[in-house]
Amino acid sequence: MHPFSYEKVTNEHEALERARLGKATFVAGGTTLVDLMKLNVEVPTALVDINGLPLNQIEDRSDGSIRIGALVRNGDLAHDSRIQSRYRVLSQAILAGASAQLRNMATTGGNLMQRTRCYYFRDPVYPCNKRQPGAGCAAMDGYNRIHAILGASDTCIATHPSDMAVALVALDASVHIRAANGERVVPIMEFHLLPGDTPDRETVIRPGELITYVTLPSGPFGPRSAYVKLRDRASYEFALASAAVALQLEGTTVRSARVALGGVATKPWRALEAEQVLTGAAANKATFLNAADAALTGAVPRRHNAYKIELAKRAVVRALADALTH
Amino acid sequence: MSITPIDRLEFIRITAAATSVRKDTKSGVSVAPSASVTRALALRVNGEAVRLDVDTRVTLLDALREQLQLFGTKKGCDHGQCGACTVHVNGRRVLSCLTLAVMHDDDDIITVEGLERNGVLHPVQEAFIEHDAFQCGYCTAGQIMSAAALLNEPCGPSDDDVREQMSGNLCRCGAYPNIVAAIQSARGRA
Ligand SMILES: Cc1cc2nc3c(=O)[nH]c(=O)nc-3n(C[C@H](O)[C@H](O)[C@H](O)COP(=O)(O)OP(=O)(O)OC[C@H]3O[C@@H](n4cnc5c(N)ncnc54)[C@H](O)[C@@H]3O)c2cc1C
Ligand code: SF4
Ligand code: FES
Ligand code: FES
Repeated sequence: MHPFSYEKVTNEHEALERARLGKATFVAGGTTLVDLMKLNVEVPTALVDINGLPLNQIEDRSDGSIRIGALVRNGDLAHDSRIQSRYRVLSQAILAGASAQLRNMATTGGNLMQRTRCYYFRDPVYPCNKRQPGAGCAAMDGYNRIHAILGASDTCIATHPSDMAVALVALDASVHIRAANGERVVPIMEFHLLPGDTPDRETVIRPGELITYVTLPSGPFGPRSAYVKLRDRASYEFALASAAVALQLEGTTVRSARVALGGVATKPWRALEAEQVLTGAAANKATFLNAADAALTGAVPRRHNAYKIELAKRAVVRALADALTH
Repeated sequence: MSITPIDRLEFIRITAAATSVRKDTKSGVSVAPSASVTRALALRVNGEAVRLDVDTRVTLLDALREQLQLFGTKKGCDHGQCGACTVHVNGRRVLSCLTLAVMHDDDDIITVEGLERNGVLHPVQEAFIEHDAFQCGYCTAGQIMSAAALLNEPCGPSDDDVREQMSGNLCRCGAYPNIVAAIQSARGRA
């Protein structure tokens, strides 16, 4: 690991000021950053520890929304009774990820910023456009069983690994970002970027900007929602395919729906085509199968990951059935 | 080389005599120098106040093992993938390999050496012995620290619930059946 300076900050202003002055990198739970520093994939020269910021509350807002501080630990968020009852899919998605120890460390902000688990990205001996723009992509014609079938580009086919973010897409969440010159609010759909020609840029966050909150709207989506995650083992493993869904029903008809996919796309993926199929249709297995087909129509498999198309469809159908009967 | 006020402060704290300049591979510009930076920490480990000088790069795991000679906590993977390094920080189980020691100024750390009270083993330790919940023992400290924390966490009653909550602790010997039995007995559910 390369040497770095370290400062702990206790207010947002100080955090932003440090970041502005010194090309600093924020550290929260450390579960992505410290891991990648050991691998020499991340090489920060100045760490700013943000764990002392007062951003660790889950608050009810007067408009019915919920505001989650960027430092709320994943485990605390998943076990919060309001989240469990009103935003079931979020609680399920977080508990399907990592392990109890990691969820005690990982934060809401850090989870959104976690890096891909592409094995070539994690090992600096391989060419990787995300790690080193222009170097090439070892996964494209390498072993790409875990890679993306949606949203890929000629430069990068890495999946976004977060479970939490997939649920946030199904819940129309917003991300609050503080910069030295003000605050902005970004819909979760626009927070992560497609790789395009710049796979090194993964989010709209610019250097030195701080995620302060994630908000969940009161909206119709939440209680009737579900997360299904499929992977190589039953627990403590990243998704090969996952689905976060939310349904609003009118009798036995779907009034509106949200379908988001994880493990198969270069960013937390919203399947608008599937939502269109569901809207106004009867809430039954046949509709769910059609929706799953629609969700994957744009899929482009590589050599070792064609199996993900069928796997993702099954995740969608199972999640919809679970949300319906819940 | 331009030095910001923060960098200047850190310069004063450097311990190594040599300062080399590293090229940032991305931008090609010269960035902060590559001498190690140390920090003084005051924390509590197993109930005792401890003062440490640590290189900012040292993980909590390495500080416990190398500097405090607490070898009970094990290094399996060093990347968050096995659970052997599990300790309690302020009462919660975490992976000591993925957190920097410098981040724990003022924190309360409990390792497997600090689980017993006045010579009496923790109920989870008793249960592990009673149920023969280990073979080589390499994962055991991590399993015990995880299980001890689990007793105070939301967890359903079934063996499957325990398996799910313990999935962050791998056992290459496959002692899982006895580990689950030990934990269930410590919870008073078997
Ligand atoms: C073995 C293992 C298994 C895992 N399994 C899963 C899984 O199954 N599903 C899953 O979803 N995740 C999984 N994870 C990933 C884990 O969820 C993330 O590592 C974690 O959420 C990152 O949060 P953190 O607070 O630790 O981030 P850190 O490591 O502290 O930071 C990560 C990045 O975010 C930046 N950052 C952090 N907070 C802010 C902020 N407030 N504003 C701006 N930037 C910020 C940091 O600068 C850094 O670049 C796993 C991790 C490990 C090690
Ligand atoms: S898929 Fe993306 S992250 Fe993986 S090697 Fe290619 S460029 Fe790098
Ligand atoms: S040594 Fe920390 S999880 Fe393996
Ligand atoms: S007892 Fe050997 S690894 Fe668990």
